[in-house]
Amino acid sequence: MESQTIAAIATGLTESGIGIIRISGPESYEIIRKIFRTKSGKEPDLQESHRVHYGFIMNVSRETSDQFLDEVLMLNMKGPRSYTGEDTIEIDCHGGVLMMKRVLDTVIRSGARLAEPGEFTKRAFLNGRLDLSQAEAVIDVINAKNDRALRASVAQLKGSVSRRIRECREKLLEDTAYIEAALDDPEHIELDGFSEKLGQDVEETEKILRHLIDTAEDGRIMKEGIRTAIVGKPNAGKSSLLNVLLGEERAIVTDIAGTTRDTLEETINLKGVTLNMIDTAGIRETEDTVERIGVERALKAAREADLVIYVVDSSVPLEEADRQITSFLNENQKKAIVLLNKNDLKPAVTEGELRDLLPKETRILSVSAKEEAGIRELEDLIEEMFYRGGISYNDELYITSARQKEALIHAVSSLEQVKNSIAQDMPEDFYSIDLMNAYTELGYILGEEVDEDLVNEIFSKFCMGK
Amino acid sequence: MNTHIEEYYDIIVVGAGHAGCEAALAAARLGLSTLVFTVSVDSIALMPCNPNIGGTSKGHLVCELDALGGEMGKCIDKTFIQSKMLNRSKGPAVHSLRAQADKMAYIGEMRRTLENTEHLRIRQGEVSELLAEIVDNSGKRRITGVKTCSGAVYHAKKVVLCTGVYLKARCIYGDVSEYTGPNGLRAANELTGSLLKLGIPVRRFKTGTPARVDRRSIDFSKMEEQKGDQEIRPFSFSNEPEDIAREQVSCWLTYTNEETHRIIRENIDRSPLFSGDIKGTGPRYCPSIEDKVVKFPEKERHQIFVEPEGLYTNEMYLSGMSSSLPEDVQHAMIRTMPGFEHADIVRNAYAIEYDCIDATCLKPTLEFKEIEGLYAAGQINGSSGYEEAAVQGFMAGVNAALSSLNREEVVLDRSQGYIGVLIDDLVTKESHEPYRMMTSRAEYRLLLRQDNADLRLRETGYRIGLVSQKEYDRYLEKKEMIAAEVQRMQQTIAGSNETTNAFLRKHGSAELPDSRGVSFAELIKRPELNYELLFEIDPGRKPLPWRVREQVNIEIKYEGYIRRQMQQVEHFKKLEGKKLPKDINYQELKGLRLEARQKLEKIRPENIGQAGRISGVSPADVSVLMIYLEQRRQVERKEMGERQKP
Repeated sequence: MESQTIAAIATGLTESGIGIIRISGPESYEIIRKIFRTKSGKEPDLQESHRVHYGFIMNVSRETSDQFLDEVLMLNMKGPRSYTGEDTIEIDCHGGVLMMKRVLDTVIRSGARLAEPGEFTKRAFLNGRLDLSQAEAVIDVINAKNDRALRASVAQLKGSVSRRIRECREKLLEDTAYIEAALDDPEHIELDGFSEKLGQDVEETEKILRHLIDTAEDGRIMKEGIRTAIVGKPNAGKSSLLNVLLGEERAIVTDIAGTTRDTLEETINLKGVTLNMIDTAGIRETEDTVERIGVERALKAAREADLVIYVVDSSVPLEEADRQITSFLNENQKKAIVLLNKNDLKPAVTEGELRDLLPKETRILSVSAKEEAGIRELEDLIEEMFYRGGISYNDELYITSARQKEALIHAVSSLEQVKNSIAQDMPEDFYSIDLMNAYTELGYILGEEVDEDLVNEIFSKFCMGK
Repeated sequence: MNTHIEEYYDIIVVGAGHAGCEAALAAARLGLSTLVFTVSVDSIALMPCNPNIGGTSKGHLVCELDALGGEMGKCIDKTFIQSKMLNRSKGPAVHSLRAQADKMAYIGEMRRTLENTEHLRIRQGEVSELLAEIVDNSGKRRITGVKTCSGAVYHAKKVVLCTGVYLKARCIYGDVSEYTGPNGLRAANELTGSLLKLGIPVRRFKTGTPARVDRRSIDFSKMEEQKGDQEIRPFSFSNEPEDIAREQVSCWLTYTNEETHRIIRENIDRSPLFSGDIKGTGPRYCPSIEDKVVKFPEKERHQIFVEPEGLYTNEMYLSGMSSSLPEDVQHAMIRTMPGFEHADIVRNAYAIEYDCIDATCLKPTLEFKEIEGLYAAGQINGSSGYEEAAVQGFMAGVNAALSSLNREEVVLDRSQGYIGVLIDDLVTKESHEPYRMMTSRAEYRLLLRQDNADLRLRETGYRIGLVSQKEYDRYLEKKEMIAAEVQRMQQTIAGSNETTNAFLRKHGSAELPDSRGVSFAELIKRPELNYELLFEIDPGRKPLPWRVREQVNIEIKYEGYIRRQMQQVEHFKKLEGKKLPKDINYQELKGLRLEARQKLEKIRPENIGQAGRISGVSPADVSVLMIYLEQRRQVERKEMGERQKP
């Protein structure tokens, strides 16, 4: 157990109705006794664990005498029956940023120290309250950018992914153990016909794991948002489109600005879907070195994007630069939406003309960024492409970390090897090498195998302190 | 003048069973004056139980021991009367050599070897006390010698305990119990007290042996004959098949039946195992017949192998039928088996209880953590089996010798051999029953084959100084030949022509597509082909020794599997390479769970890998250790940096 007591605002520093201050560690109870008073001015009775207390947080600064700070609900949890496995106190106070900070200040002045990012989770993990996939999910909750990602994180936290993987892993172990037992005790344990049974088991397990891998891309999109690149010729209306999408009630979460000729990145939350918009420099043949770099970046952004929005200025005829973009779309098989912009002006390009240049299924919308016409249709279309068609998020398990996905891919390829060995009629003792590899990979996801790279990676997120 | 004898040696070995013999030979051959004690000189290298050496995974141990320069493989090659490669139908990793020994010939051969080894002396007598001095105020001690029952004092720098099953031994069948070692040999009743005084944790284990029957009373026509192999393979890498060719004798297979089981069940309450008279824990993997009948009630029969004890005797050993049931029950149950209707039982089966230590108090070198210079090997460490004992004896003897020569000690890890697996298990995992080697205990089985034991360990044996120059040169030559031939197989192309395709057709293998040839190596990888068969399209090949041809085939055929297993080893080595400092204080280490803290404090593992194998230490605990190591490294680096500042 850790000897220091830590505290932090558990709900994030935003203006919300209620804010939770969490205290964890051996001195939690002592601290709350110092600063909490019941309505009748008494210290709280903490004998019984998991009880809610109504009362007040008192200011215990040295200069002034005890002073009423906030009216709160307080929950005491005796270790190990708490999130971290340690004695834990949670204070539900009024949610103003200032008020939460003052309550936290008081807690810290009474003997706690400020928790480092992820430290509650780290303690929970070290105290055996979480397995690694759950710990990772908590980090995801902390970093969740939208509702859907939060829902996936919460499902994983409950251990739905862990449970599914654990079941697969147990099956693999059972089969391996059977082979091993038969090698050591051939008199009592028969291997006749075992490879067929094993083949079926492996097939089934592989199916489950492949399904989990399939959810990984969806999981990433949920977690990180849809990488969207807006491309088009200069003056096609890319920036206006971005501004329209950014406008109204949509919130800007981050903005990383480059130069005017570079790429501009914005995060947009659209109907609960995060779009990471990259507005690129205009694409055209150019001798200007600075602009050429911008164009290269635009193509690179488009190449790495989940979605490319190609903005066409319908008021001027198509030219070489447009062919460059359409051939890019043809070559790269990207999900793409083409916007015939400036439909308020006299058209110089027809939809048919454009369609001949594009991959078959490409959706074309006629819009006016300036007049904000067709924008709703665009939003609906994005949602349809990524959420209705591709990602269904109800009651589904998602793999959200690249590390988990990689481990799953390794496990599947090991299972392929097992199938291969069975097909080649190899002696049974050869199966166990690849069965154990698959078993180990799944163990990495659950934190039931020691993987030093992984430990380093996970703990680097916890900002190791002393 | 002294009233008792007083002598001085470098190394003293207590016990001359399979562990003691190897320990004493290794130490003496490294040039150290060595004394080996035995309760009876006639029982040197005694085989009080089964009459064979080797078998599943045990064959691996013998081959590894031979590669390192041990004696067991050479001794059995000289004295076997039947030889058989087990598991031939399975992969090469689990092929295991087993030889029936002529017991008298074996013990005679080993005794002669001991008697004729320079620097080695033999004493008959019972060691009753270990002599040790306090080293410092940490409570650590250093061994100084031993004392015998007669009061004689033998000073030594190192002492190796190889007491086998003799400490406070008790033999039991039915309600009869005799306070003796195997075959009525005297037990060693004094030494346990001395061990306890030195703070060594002592436990009680049990094992057993089946009855022996006069061959004249057995009707072999009712049994299946088990012949030895036509083509025999030696255990020792220094022998060739033709050097050890001889006439072989047969073993026989019969079965228990419902009647046998009925008799056992009806008398089970008379078994001291079930009545509670036997307190010691028995081996799960070498169960008595009554254990098997109770544990596998659905089995209608169990195999019983009938094996000769030697050419010198009519006694036959009933393998698979160890028991501690009363004499009359034994007689009745044996006579229910086909061929045994008129069995004349020469010796009864019995169980034997003995004192042994909790081997987690040993380092991987087999030296006691708290007593410098004292080593333990064999059944005293809680193992069972001749081969398990021999390899430990060898490693303990080697390390005692190297340590007294101020040379670096030798520890094999789990990726280097079954010996490494065995010793690591013994000193890391608290075993609650006699430990038997099994193939499933070795994670990297495909690399740890008996056929490549020399490729894995000859180098180490040579460095220790127990492999002769001639043997070493032979190994180097073999290694070169293998590498050259593997390369030739990879580089020689079988053209897509009628010769190749006719060959492929003949062996039921797919023909090559037009105009594209493939390497010989690719063909060897096909399940239906192998290196030997390829001779038909590779007639010009140089004649190579059989051991080389075998390696070429295995290395090429299973290349993918071998490569994947080597990757597993790489990961293993990474964790094994993270050494845990000796001064680490687990009590103060934040984040460890209580159980892990206690286990780590007790076993004090050498590295992160070993820590992870301790039961009760979870991956999360291992993560904590890794973080601790990382922090400590950073602090040390910082301090180094500060020190270097002017």
